[in-house]
Amino acid sequence: MSESVIDVVDVVKFLGHGAGRVQALKGVNLSLRDGELVLLMGPSGSGKTTLLSILGCLMTPTSGVVRVRGRPIADLDPEALARIRRNHIGFIFQSYHLFPTLTAEDNVRLALDVRGERSQREAARDVLGMVGLAHKTKAFPHELSGGEQQRVAIARAIVGKASAILADEPTGALDAQNGQAIMTLLAGLTKDQSRGVLVVTHDPRILPFASRIVHIEDGRIVGEETGSEAKKVTMS
Amino acid sequence: MMPLKFRLAYRNLFHDRLRFIATIVGIIFSIVLVTVQMGLYVGFRRMVTTMIDHSPADLWIMPAGTKCFEDPSLLDDRQRFRALAVDGVAEAAPLVIGYAQWRLPGGTTTPVFIVGSELQGFGLRPWSLVRGRVDDLSIPGAVAIDQSYFERLGVNATGANAEIRDQKVEVTAVTKGIRSFTTTPYVFAGVDRARSYTGISPNKASYFLVRVSPGSDVGRVHRQLRESLPDVEILTAAEFRSRSRSFWLFGTGAGAALFAGALLGFIVGTVIVAQTLYSSTKDHLSEFATLRAIGSSGAYIYLVIIWQALLTAIIGFCGAASISSIVVKMTADSALPIVVTPAMTSALFLLTGVMCIASAIAAIVQVMRIDPTTVLAR
Repeated sequence: MSESVIDVVDVVKFLGHGAGRVQALKGVNLSLRDGELVLLMGPSGSGKTTLLSILGCLMTPTSGVVRVRGRPIADLDPEALARIRRNHIGFIFQSYHLFPTLTAEDNVRLALDVRGERSQREAARDVLGMVGLAHKTKAFPHELSGGEQQRVAIARAIVGKASAILADEPTGALDAQNGQAIMTLLAGLTKDQSRGVLVVTHDPRILPFASRIVHIEDGRIVGEETGSEAKKVTMS
Repeated sequence: MMPLKFRLAYRNLFHDRLRFIATIVGIIFSIVLVTVQMGLYVGFRRMVTTMIDHSPADLWIMPAGTKCFEDPSLLDDRQRFRALAVDGVAEAAPLVIGYAQWRLPGGTTTPVFIVGSELQGFGLRPWSLVRGRVDDLSIPGAVAIDQSYFERLGVNATGANAEIRDQKVEVTAVTKGIRSFTTTPYVFAGVDRARSYTGISPNKASYFLVRVSPGSDVGRVHRQLRESLPDVEILTAAEFRSRSRSFWLFGTGAGAALFAGALLGFIVGTVIVAQTLYSSTKDHLSEFATLRAIGSSGAYIYLVIIWQALLTAIIGFCGAASISSIVVKMTADSALPIVVTPAMTSALFLLTGVMCIASAIAAIVQVMRIDPTTVLAR
């Protein structure tokens, strides 16, 4: 059986203070395992982004347990959380968040540089080759299409061999063709069973790529289905 | 290969060229201001003690309450003899100073400051001679002036004549670079002539320059002179230098004004750099949040900001140093030259670095507040 990359158990999260305080998550349980691509779906305000932030160690829960590769992250300070992120988690964002003043290669190298790794240039080129951008290593983000920018972001997320890739609406800013290409790439990342991929999305076109779909509403997981079940529903 | 942190820093800086140029101009303005003020201070400091610096005296005997070299009061020859009677005093040479009127051949007059000393043996004689010799001052009516005062004194070469106190004088020697910060030209002459130009009696002098016998302890001679001459002051050259500087720099407020200008330059520079780094950081905040989200440590981001600050400092300093060197050259022959020493250059470079690093703190504080979850919201 595949190993668990990230587990959240009974996670509760309050956001804000005083009168503006809201409960964004109300006892969420979720696991991301090696080799699977999980889609997290739900309406706006359902708690998707908060859950993604907690899964990605960008914030800690108010209560409950979060484990990354079996290690609990409760009570860790921001620097320790950053260490876990750089060693275990790769992020892909809807608006790419590439550095406009750096080339594609340097954007990818950054993920290794923050880890203090040497020999970054070769590794960055290899990964850019994997995502089909071997010919664009010296291009700046403004010289790339949206799909190409997202590929650079994927390269940045995987170059450090992260065990969890967390993607926030990765196809949200792309047309159907590029969206399909990106999802194919993401699905391919799970093939070697060395990592899990979790994608937050509204986009029903990417359901066929999922091994599992988790539905969240009003801060609670309200349903879960396998990819094959979703495919049947989509086809019917 | 250039570290990626450094590349990110300089690209962040150069990305907005207009703002970068504005920052560099601000730093240059600030450092040039500090350099000019400090250079004036150093130049002033040197100038107010130039006569003391060029005097061979171990000890200066002067009227009680003398504030600086140019403060003319009189001593009596009897005090000189009492000084010479002290064991260890080899010489006590009279030095006469005082203001006089220099009358040009056309009849116009201009004030001058007479410095009269023994021309043979021990004394304060003109230095940096470019024409004539000290011995030439032995000729009756002979004087030495600085070439920078030629126009003022109506002189264009040695051999030129003028009058001081209705006595004919002839320029027989010319110096270079002996300028007075009071703008009143120095006129060197033999001590007897100087007395007659300033109306001082033959048995009077402004100072007695003491040379201590070889092998004698200056401190001991100093104490014995104090005991022997209780009605005058006896200072070492260092003490007299310090007193003159204190008077001109702080007693008159000139030094405080120069310091205030330098401090103002430093504050203005710091504010300009701080403002620029802060707004640059603010513009790149989402990038720093991305860095944080992908797991960079706080130290990594601070280093990027500090690199930015140091780059700004180096470029700004180079610009400021170039402009300052031009200003230094332009003022070299003025009444108050701006003096920049190697130590001062190093100190100014350090100051620029400190200014930029201190400015980076505001940006770092801003970055410390970054919430990495903001990258998910966009």
